Amino acid sequence: MEIKTPEFKASSRIALEDVSLQKALGNLRDGFPQKRAAAVARMPEFETLRDQARDLKNHTIEHLDYYLEQFETNVTKHGGQVHWARDGQQAREAILKICQSADAKTVTKGKSMVSEEIALNDYLEENGVQPVETDLGEYILQLREDHPSHIIAPAIHLNLDDVSDIFSKKHGTERTDDPAALMQEAREMLRKQFVGADVGITGANFCVAETGSTIIVTNEGNGDLTQTLPKVHVVITTIDKVVPTLEDMTLYLRLLARSATGQEFTVYNTLSTGPRREEDQDGPDEFHVVLLDNGRSEMVGTDFQDMLRCIRCSACMNHCPVYGSVGGHAYGWVYPGPMGSVLTPKLIGIDKAGHLPNASTFCGTCESVCPVRIPLPKMMRHWREREFEKHLSPTGFRFGLGVWSQFARRPKLYRWLAKLSSLSLKTLSGKKGRLKSLPLKNGWTAWRDLPAPQGGTFMDQWKKEQGNKQHKGGQQ
Amino acid sequence: MSQNARDQILGNIRRGLGRGELSQQAQTQLRERIGQHPRHTIPARGQLDAEGQVALFRSMAEEAAAELIDIDSLEKLPIAVADFLQQNQLKQLLRGSDAALEALDWGPLEGIKVESRPVQAGDPISLTLSFAGIAETGTLMLHSGPNSPTTMNFLTDIHLVALRQSQIVGFYEQAWQQLRETVGENWPRTVNMITGPSRSADIEQRLQMGAHGPKRLVIFMIND
Amino acid sequence: MTATPNSPTGRAPQVGLFVTCLVDMFRPSVGFATVKLLEMAGCRVEVPDTQTCCGQPTYNSGDRRSTAEIARGVIDSFDGYEYVVGPSGSCIGMLHEYPQLFDKTDPYHSRALDLAARAFEITSFLTDVIGADLSLESYSKKVTYHDSCAGLRELGIKKQPRHLLGKVDGVEIEEMEEAETCCGFGGTFCIKYPDISNRMVGNKTKNATATKADVLLGGDLGCLLNMAGKLKREGEKLEVRHVVEVLAGMTDTPAIGQSVEEFNYELAQEA
Repeated sequence: MEIKTPEFKASSRIALEDVSLQKALGNLRDGFPQKRAAAVARMPEFETLRDQARDLKNHTIEHLDYYLEQFETNVTKHGGQVHWARDGQQAREAILKICQSADAKTVTKGKSMVSEEIALNDYLEENGVQPVETDLGEYILQLREDHPSHIIAPAIHLNLDDVSDIFSKKHGTERTDDPAALMQEAREMLRKQFVGADVGITGANFCVAETGSTIIVTNEGNGDLTQTLPKVHVVITTIDKVVPTLEDMTLYLRLLARSATGQEFTVYNTLSTGPRREEDQDGPDEFHVVLLDNGRSEMVGTDFQDMLRCIRCSACMNHCPVYGSVGGHAYGWVYPGPMGSVLTPKLIGIDKAGHLPNASTFCGTCESVCPVRIPLPKMMRHWREREFEKHLSPTGFRFGLGVWSQFARRPKLYRWLAKLSSLSLKTLSGKKGRLKSLPLKNGWTAWRDLPAPQGGTFMDQWKKEQGNKQHKGGQQ
Repeated sequence: MSQNARDQILGNIRRGLGRGELSQQAQTQLRERIGQHPRHTIPARGQLDAEGQVALFRSMAEEAAAELIDIDSLEKLPIAVADFLQQNQLKQLLRGSDAALEALDWGPLEGIKVESRPVQAGDPISLTLSFAGIAETGTLMLHSGPNSPTTMNFLTDIHLVALRQSQIVGFYEQAWQQLRETVGENWPRTVNMITGPSRSADIEQRLQMGAHGPKRLVIFMIND
Repeated sequence: MTATPNSPTGRAPQVGLFVTCLVDMFRPSVGFATVKLLEMAGCRVEVPDTQTCCGQPTYNSGDRRSTAEIARGVIDSFDGYEYVVGPSGSCIGMLHEYPQLFDKTDPYHSRALDLAARAFEITSFLTDVIGADLSLESYSKKVTYHDSCAGLRELGIKKQPRHLLGKVDGVEIEEMEEAETCCGFGGTFCIKYPDISNRMVGNKTKNATATKADVLLGGDLGCLLNMAGKLKREGEKLEVRHVVEVLAGMTDTPAIGQSVEEFNYELAQEA
């Protein structure tokens, strides 16, 4: 997917004015947060589970080498194969090779953000393999040549009309505004694809070291058909998805659906371990796990290690007021919202993704709902520190900040500056109590008045008052 | 390349952690932890008495839009299935070939085409046994095996599942433990945890039932 | 009026007031209201004149080194006070971040920890620390309360201002939708991403005005300036004040962004 992160400002402006997008984002803001809150309220142990989930991920990362090796050993033991990939290119090549050796013409795909991360579809198409997205949202996007704007609700930026339009156009069917009919249409279209595909590619929500299993969590059942019907099942996943045992996985499953959609449990939680057994009547003949790194191993031991705890539930973006205002596409790459603002700079470079960690008020809502308690604002601040160190922040801003910080370290000068600023603003406002514009072009007064200072600084007035008191005291 | 990538990735991780490969002793401890697979906090709702668990399973499964049909014994399953097929005007059935199902008298299904094979597109209805029911969320656990193809759980429009009340456990971890004890080293290719029928809210966040998997999930709950 | 001080020493607790730059520059009355409340609660208040800013502008812009320098100044300024209290969850929250700025071997690290343990936001201090049973002046208005992010999520301030408002005769609290959602101020955020900030504050003012309250209260001047500025631009009459102004009975000044003329007009209308 083309990187449009540097254009964040322009993209967000367009998004804010996009009436249709804003309507769609309204559905998100009114939906997920309330549902999560209700699910959490029904689970008194939720906060304890969050602590345990954080601690267990920390334990796993501290021993990630061991658990990855155990996972590999057990995948192999059950007849599967693990392919390690340092970067997107290696992962794409590994998958293409598997497809080619299966002589694959079409592959069905379950929803996978990692597949988006490595732009797998484009690569397969270029090499003569037709990928077919089977998650309803992803399917709609593929028809539109669009990309996900959310990690679990990929088509959240679209409205019913958009779906009606593209279905009638691409399916050649009569246009309908009935969501149920639209879904039935997709069901019928995809049924043929499920049955005809040579390879099925899914992601994984977790990889279980104990059994060498991968698990996918879906509501539609598309992932299950994707990985059961073709001859070959390929799992594309990343090294941070490993958990030690089934019990550990269960801890995360209790948190995942509740944090994500507010469901008690997702409809299908499916564990895959190796290919079909000899005596099985169905299931794939081959089971491959492509384990992608793509910079994650370099996060271990750094300020960004905690990000490896992420279980991709999307609670952070569902609750983020910035995401809720501009939607996922404005972020300009695969992972939007707060988790993306921390992860994307690592994956594509802070020089390109510099806006993302800055476009946050540090309101802290993301951290407050994160099931694994990732300190997202803190890590966004770490990115700002990297930018500052590398002199990537805008020159004018750096200069202003530099001057200000010199003042802030010198109380007397600071007093003087505060007094001067207060006086100037007060004078500019006249008797109006507020300013409608400021001398310099200013983002504040484009949409807001600036309330005028009351006049005089507190420090001055306090000093005067204390002087008076002492004076009076002296006379008594 | 893959081998090289593996070494590089593991090397990076170890460098980040400021250590080399784990000591034998440390590895043994981790291996033991996996072997013991300790449980985390179990929600209180999963720790009811047997009767409470059945009631909870029932309410959670229904909340997830599964349909429940009570029957007195496994022997009554064929007649209950026959009734269901008749009510829904269905003339064929795919069913699992597990010993417990094979042993039943399928006489009531006379005139119905009954087969035991993987599902093909267009097959309307399947019947399988369940390995366990998990009360905390009304979840069924099923696993693949020679007698229960996974396609039976996903490719038909209606999935019928027989579940004995005695198979209902309170929480997921109990089901995992039972599965370990049952299958031993012969871990199945697929383990399905199923909570209600297929659905999607991908169009405008409006929930629609029956996306790609079964549109109806019907649980025959056997009072044993 | 003076409550029984709840000091470990038995004497009047000695409080250093952390004024905060916005209060210093924009709204001194908030500072005086804070002092009044502290004195009502039996505290002795001093205002160290070497204080400047908590350092958030540099901290949130990634300039750790300057922030640490500023933090040293704040730590020095408030050395020796039993408590450090300020009318802002955001700035006091920043004081709690100081330990992270110093190497553990730096003496300022332990001094920063010490400062953090003594530093409280005003409504939290009155409620959680002093537990003062204040008798407050009445205020017969319908108010709605915006929970500022840092106070709410870093310091756990939610019930405290409402508890204190509950002691004010005549106050009716009408909660708004999404009271806990960020107003879009975010320090430098509102300058760097003004259009997103504008959308956020627009959502906020919509929710606030929907309550039909007379006054919008909050505990952080940054948010209050933002919301008041937006309300004024929208031509809304909803007044905006810092909660301490109401608690201290100091509402005899124009509200935030209100002119003297408008203030007098409103007073005349009420009379």
